[in-house]
Amino acid sequence: MTQTDLEGPAATPPGLTRRQVYEARIRRRSMRVAATSTGAVLLALFILIPLAPGWEGVKKSFFNADVFARTFPGLLEAFLLDVAIFAWSAPLIFLLGLLIALCRDAQSPALYPLRLFGILYTDIFRGVPVILVIYLIGFGIPGLGLPRPWNSPYIWGTVALVLTYAAYVAEVLRSGIESIHQSQRAAAASLGLSHSDTMRFVVLPQAIRRVVPANMNLFIALQKDVALLSFIGPVEIFRQAGVYKSLLANFTPYVGAALIFLAVTIPATRYADYLMNKQARARS
Amino acid sequence: MTKLELQGVTKRFGENVVCRGIDLKINEGEMVCLIGASGSGKSTLLRCMNLLEPVDDGVILLDGVDIAEPGLDPQPVRQRIGIVFQSFNLFPHMTAVENVMLAPRRVHNRTRDDLLPEVTELFTRFGLADRMDHYPDQLSGGQQQRVAIVRALAMKPEIMLFDEITSALDPELVGEVLDVLRRLREAGMTMVLATHEMGFARELADKVCFLDKGVILEEGPPAQLFSDPKQERTCAFLARVL
Repeated sequence: MTQTDLEGPAATPPGLTRRQVYEARIRRRSMRVAATSTGAVLLALFILIPLAPGWEGVKKSFFNADVFARTFPGLLEAFLLDVAIFAWSAPLIFLLGLLIALCRDAQSPALYPLRLFGILYTDIFRGVPVILVIYLIGFGIPGLGLPRPWNSPYIWGTVALVLTYAAYVAEVLRSGIESIHQSQRAAAASLGLSHSDTMRFVVLPQAIRRVVPANMNLFIALQKDVALLSFIGPVEIFRQAGVYKSLLANFTPYVGAALIFLAVTIPATRYADYLMNKQARARS
Repeated sequence: MTKLELQGVTKRFGENVVCRGIDLKINEGEMVCLIGASGSGKSTLLRCMNLLEPVDDGVILLDGVDIAEPGLDPQPVRQRIGIVFQSFNLFPHMTAVENVMLAPRRVHNRTRDDLLPEVTELFTRFGLADRMDHYPDQLSGGQQQRVAIVRALAMKPEIMLFDEITSALDPELVGEVLDVLRRLREAGMTMVLATHEMGFARELADKVCFLDKGVILEEGPPAQLFSDPKQERTCAFLARVL
């Protein structure tokens, strides 16, 4: 077929097929429509919200630039404690989650208690609100009269987070383990590999990789839930914001804290989505 | 000498009886081909031979020792009987050479360095020397299947089972895999194949067994079974596939 056979606009750029020209046109049109409608919505918000009767008051107590500038550095510093709690609980959560997932996979009758433990564990810790676990463990265990530093709510609050999140991670890992096709286990068995070697070298490496995106989502949720520890004492960012709020009689520090959380969670969420899309494409 | 002998092997999946009392003798160094329509029980019979499927009834004698006894540890038996699957079943997260080395390392407690010369020799022998560090998804179907064969051979099995290993391959890749079997045959390996490659079975098999509805309906040397089948069903099957 020669170029002159092409139908459509005469100004077909050379080197493009009819389909490419058509798709480029549709793409440009979609982008124009999306930009226009987004602009219209934003404009409406900027015009309508300030018309509300309480806007002046809200602006002063939530979006006070002066307060923001004074409290932001302090909030950032308090956020380091959140980061620290996250950093040492995340690996523990993964290890405990893996252990529980393996318990639930135990086959031999002698290990049935482990299996039962795995089931009870995931049922209980997924069934209780995180904040309740934090209260019970964070106040209950130091209440036993342990010596310093073992009575710190910082430690026991983190333990509560680890226990709860490990239950979710265990379920995610177990779904990964179950998603590995039976033929992989058959191949390993046919080579004479033991059950535990099959799990360790064949099933787990594939399963863990497959559930990375799902686990990423859990760890993003964990980043936020670290703030729940503020209820039992540690002065992390949420509590620090509360202190500033009382001191300055202004809610702006909460907005600052929210921005700091978003600065971490949004990139992490985008990354998890990217991984998940990549995996979905690889499988299709 | 009889290497493997099946006596009345029976296998059920629920109500469905897949093997109905199969008797079969395989001599050392022999190549036996199982032919028959899909669902006739060929694959299941192979999987029973290396205990991937527990046998419901009957006896399987390996060098005169019953390996089908319930409660017997299947692992040592599986180390002596290798199997290659239709769908390759390579471990996708490992390179070809890691796939091959995993079982000897874990089961025979050998080191990578110790294994490398003989594994390299195996890869070279089957034309895969430049593919050792490739991942399965970087290999063609024929190459993957040859790696799967090398993986089974690295355990130095006494018997090799092949479960329709060319059925998932593009026609132009079948030849390279059949060549591998030809070489194993020359090297004197005891082999059992479930296959649809009638030409290959006719050329190389010592014995061909026609399976139908879970029984061996007819067996004999290929020359006899292919040109002068006694059973009506065998005739009908051969007429369809030849």
